[in-house]
Amino acid sequence: MLYFSKLRILFITLFSLLFILIASSNLFKVDDGFFNKKINLGLDLQGGSYLLLEIDNAPVIEQKLQNLTTTIRNYFKDKNIKINNIKINNQDIFFNVPDENKQSIIDTFEDENSDINPYYPRFKSHQLILEDTGNNFKVSFSKQGLISLKTSSQDQAIEIVRRRIDEVGTNEPNILKRGNNRILVELPGLDDPMRVKSLLGKTANLTFRFVTNNNDSFGVEKLKYEDGIEEASVSKRIIISGDNLLDAQPKMDTQTNQTIVSFSLDRVGAKRFGKATSTGIGKQLAIVLDGKIISAPVIRDTIASGSGQISGGFTFQTATDLALLLRSGALPAPLNIIEERTVGPDLGQDSINAGMIALAIGFLLVIIFMFVKYRIFGLITNITLIVNLFILLGILTLFEATLTLPGIAGIILTVGMAVDANVLIFERIKEELKDEKNNIVAFDSGYTKSRTAIIDANITTLLAAVILFFMGSGPVKGFSVTLGVGIFTTLFSVYFIARLFTSIYVSRNRNKERLI
Amino acid sequence: MIAFNKYYNHFNIVSTFLIVVSLVLLIFKGLNFGIDFKGGTLIELRSTDEKINVTSLRDKFSQMNLGDVSVKKFGNDRDYLVKFENKDNKKNIIEEIKVSLDKSFGNNFNFRRVENVGPKVSAELLKSGVIAISLSLAIMLFYIWIRFEWQFSLGAILALFHDVIVTLGVFSLFSLEINLSIIAAVLTIVGYSMNDTVVIFDRVRENLRKYSDIKIYELTNISINETLSRTIITSATTLLALLAIYLFGGEILKGFSLAMILGVVFGTYSSIYIANTVLVRLRVSQKTVLREDDGNS
Repeated sequence: MLYFSKLRILFITLFSLLFILIASSNLFKVDDGFFNKKINLGLDLQGGSYLLLEIDNAPVIEQKLQNLTTTIRNYFKDKNIKINNIKINNQDIFFNVPDENKQSIIDTFEDENSDINPYYPRFKSHQLILEDTGNNFKVSFSKQGLISLKTSSQDQAIEIVRRRIDEVGTNEPNILKRGNNRILVELPGLDDPMRVKSLLGKTANLTFRFVTNNNDSFGVEKLKYEDGIEEASVSKRIIISGDNLLDAQPKMDTQTNQTIVSFSLDRVGAKRFGKATSTGIGKQLAIVLDGKIISAPVIRDTIASGSGQISGGFTFQTATDLALLLRSGALPAPLNIIEERTVGPDLGQDSINAGMIALAIGFLLVIIFMFVKYRIFGLITNITLIVNLFILLGILTLFEATLTLPGIAGIILTVGMAVDANVLIFERIKEELKDEKNNIVAFDSGYTKSRTAIIDANITTLLAAVILFFMGSGPVKGFSVTLGVGIFTTLFSVYFIARLFTSIYVSRNRNKERLI
Repeated sequence: MIAFNKYYNHFNIVSTFLIVVSLVLLIFKGLNFGIDFKGGTLIELRSTDEKINVTSLRDKFSQMNLGDVSVKKFGNDRDYLVKFENKDNKKNIIEEIKVSLDKSFGNNFNFRRVENVGPKVSAELLKSGVIAISLSLAIMLFYIWIRFEWQFSLGAILALFHDVIVTLGVFSLFSLEINLSIIAAVLTIVGYSMNDTVVIFDRVRENLRKYSDIKIYELTNISINETLSRTIITSATTLLALLAIYLFGGEILKGFSLAMILGVVFGTYSSIYIANTVLVRLRVSQKTVLREDDGNS
């Protein structure tokens, strides 16, 4: 057991050196592909924002049901079935039909090739559930129907969120799905989190509609201006919407000296806009964003060019943001920020400094303690500890793991607990030496007999780290990573590096009394 | 050799007392949950103007109509920690606070950290924290159950519960804040406590096989003494490392490292005075471990 083959020594040395090299690549700028890996700093260390957004799907469902009532009515009208009293109540559609048509309704909804009720073969489920409650029918979304609706609005929303964040130009944002109605956004090194928050908080649903009191088939609604005081009644008929925009840019109007947002429309939009402005000269056209009127200018001329401008007392900043929102498109549903964690860059730097000082001091304390307590074996433990630290950092670098403040705590804790295995071994050797005169035999059985305790001890800590990894979030996850990886590097350094040194020392002092 | 076993009974009373007091505290006083688990908003501010003090800042915040606001110094004279419930989950609340502070104190505040946790998320975080701790206890129970005889498992688990409950009891007593990092600390304590107990138990079992004529009362004491220097050294180095985090690691890690320090101290104590006394009280003998060996062969 004492014997280490030359090959093994070479392997251990090379392995340790490799990781020391990888770990040190964090300090230098290397162009080489393999050595330019770096440990990522978590948001709590480099500063930045973590935002958890939840999609409010209620308006989407409402809208879908609204459209569905029209679809159902028209579909059955073509089949000469009259749908009566169709209405939406609490996310369900209710309607009734003459008794002789009931079966045909049921057949249509249960047909796997149904035109109005899509079938998902994978889940063996329709999008909608039809219930016959005796005197009327009730239509509601099935579980799968709701899931697919949520997933699709999540897909759309994440795309819009990505576009908006890209437009702001933060470096390396991280945008991920969470569940089927949440989006996680991580923005490292962000200067102005408030701006991004306000950009993500807006649905940016833009419509151009006439101001009118004429209650035609589309209906009218009272809408407030941005100031929240003035009101106007606006037709529900949408002339053009944000979907028709090709581009939007903030501009300075040289005549009025106002900041405006100029936009250009796609072909369909341009045609509709031209028609509306030619027939509606003298009328007010309201520009409505998220249910609020930005402005309602009077149409003076026909605009056939497909471009126009929005004015509304903007500052340059608000005009820039509005243009950005219009360019990136409307969210399918409102987003709510349900969790936010923002760390300023200077606090991040302070945390790095504090963490590093704590690491250095903790390390020093442990090293001094071990040397005072164990002398030569303390020295061996300390060398092992240093190599252990480098291997740990090397592995974190190799996998480009994210280091957080609790993660640094995990490294410091690893330093404190890493001596455990060596101490268990050395104490055992000491005990063996009481009855055993042969140093080498005592050394050997010290290693063998302490093994189960060491394995047990490390497995328990590893189990805790694994649970934390799967249950924890953000910074705490970083702790579980360093703690968990630290266990493996500790075992490696104890059983290979420390053992190598110990075996060299013991075989050179095989006849020495009081070995430890 | 130190006669640890002389005090088995005394310390059993002490442990029972600690657990009962902790449970009473946890039930009647409860824990001081931070915004991670209660929801709300937290702002860490740094002032650049020395004239600003905590009283004037507190007054200012209480005028802002934020509900129950707490304003505290955070580590030094320039840093403040502001917490409030943010019941309506107002979107632009931070912006409004910034404007309001700038108006009264001039542009002298740096918003170093902002955390806002909605009620839904905090409820989820609390749930997953409870699940994580329960799961870790269950897994440790399972591990110790396959590794040792049931008497040992019972001892280890009782020690584990003691450590977790008493650590949380101390947090309750001093109204220290429970946040996500405390959950991490508790899980690590669970691992550490188990580790410590298992090392002594390993030795007890080994000695049980070796000596047939020594009673468990003596035998546990021998085992504790044989592993004592390891126990002391490992606890000492771990505590040194934690102390470094506590003193130099910054305000954010204070609660975490304190919980860990308590956990290590309680964990070391319980391995000796709870885990082993359970073996004594259950009259574990050589038969206990030999029977198991027969079963396995």
